[in-house]
Amino acid sequence: MIRIEKLAKRFKGVEALKGVSLRVGEGELFAYLGPNGSGKTTTIKILTGLAVPTSGDAWLHGFHVERDGLQAKRQCGLVPQNINLDNELTVAENLHLHGKLFQMPKKERGAKISELLDYIELSERRDSPVKSLSGGMRRRVMIARALMHSPRILFLDEPTAGLDPAIRRRIWSLVKKIQQSGTTIFLTTHYIEEAEFLAERVAFLDEGRIVALDSPQSLMAGLGAWAMDVIADGEMRTLYFRSREEAKGQVSRHEGGFSLRRVNLEDVFISVTGKRVLP
Amino acid sequence: MRGALAIYQREMLILRKRFFRQLASMSVGPLLYLVAFGFGMGREVRVGDRSYLEFLIPGLVAMNSMIQAFAIASEINIARFYWHIFEEFQAAPIRNIAYVTGEILAGITRSLFSVAIIIVIGLLSGVALSYNIYFWAAVILNSFVFASLAVGLAMLVKSHSDQALLTNFFITPMAFLGGTFFPIDRMPEWVQQVLSLLPLTHASKAIRSAAFGERVDLASYLLLAALGTVLFVLAFHWVNRARE
Repeated sequence: MIRIEKLAKRFKGVEALKGVSLRVGEGELFAYLGPNGSGKTTTIKILTGLAVPTSGDAWLHGFHVERDGLQAKRQCGLVPQNINLDNELTVAENLHLHGKLFQMPKKERGAKISELLDYIELSERRDSPVKSLSGGMRRRVMIARALMHSPRILFLDEPTAGLDPAIRRRIWSLVKKIQQSGTTIFLTTHYIEEAEFLAERVAFLDEGRIVALDSPQSLMAGLGAWAMDVIADGEMRTLYFRSREEAKGQVSRHEGGFSLRRVNLEDVFISVTGKRVLP
Repeated sequence: MRGALAIYQREMLILRKRFFRQLASMSVGPLLYLVAFGFGMGREVRVGDRSYLEFLIPGLVAMNSMIQAFAIASEINIARFYWHIFEEFQAAPIRNIAYVTGEILAGITRSLFSVAIIIVIGLLSGVALSYNIYFWAAVILNSFVFASLAVGLAMLVKSHSDQALLTNFFITPMAFLGGTFFPIDRMPEWVQQVLSLLPLTHASKAIRSAAFGERVDLASYLLLAALGTVLFVLAFHWVNRARE
């Protein structure tokens, strides 16, 4: 379980986080959604010991991330935004190194590597140098590496950034599979559909503050079920309706052009902040 | 200690992967100096009762052990700024002292490897000196000083080019002025005093005395050990501060 209380971080005069508080339950798949620079990565860096908070507290399964740093780190696995595998080493060597850093016995490391490579469907690339892998394969290896020491919490920082849609969906399936095994997942993303597809609860982060937090369904239901994008007075506006029938009743008023679609999390974000997640 | 061992083993694995490249890279510098200064002018020049070639080899040992121990800074910076592997170390449940120890041990190992190359080149050139325990103690202390300095500075720099700047301003001048290529006692008194502030001067002196089988000056060993300890503590402090 993750508990964050009034977490704040200031970098060279810029407030990256402004008193964020939230809780993520055990086994939950939680998405942290926001535009670039909203504070998503900063939160993950503080929770995983890569950054020091200016104020506030955070606990991972009861271990304070600063005061009980080593125990807190043992609770979590991190898949950072940048690919940070050792390019000169093979897939297995990268996983072995991670196991050593987490003080796993050699025998256990070997068995776990075979299990994880099977899990991410890359067993045949066990002895391939990382530099020979595609971007999607490297992401999967990073996920396997983060799972080496069987963490109770997995932090995924933009795990599908820059990947094509087919590979992205493959990563989503893997993330779902990991959650089904009981691991808590804390995911940051700026892909709306990723949060909608994966998350049980979503927090919207904007300029270092949480501006909305609920399940995707509840957040979207707050606006309605259908959205109609219309052009009025030269500007595009979005109207929300509870049902398709209600929306159709408005069609005649907007003969200038409209499109009807289901409400999504982007609509929620825009309605709360007035901004788009992806500008 | 297991954390330090993991960091050390990672560096050794990388060294093993690049073994032949590293071997060539570590050999080329000493070979050039030997050819240019040793064989070129060394036959005509004597330093005291020894040939210049005999004088030069311990100097090259001191210089190369410094350069190779300090080169760990570049490895750390590549891991930090280009490959972001430093984040993997920071997120692992290991103490910063383990990280510092592992990297310094890797620096010392690189240095010993380069010294072995020079000894072999020296033997092939017909120069056999005394590679006794005092010799190796001085080499290890010299490597300890510069590997500690390297780890500390690698945490302070903000880019790889800053690192190159530090090498150009501190390591390269020291390589030439630290008693490697010429006997310092032939310099004017004030120059000797300035050069005695350089750790490499003490390392060259200790390594040369040991290699010539002369009585060693324990003060040089104590000074290098004390400086290495101070730099080790500073490196630990700076790794602590490297978190955002």
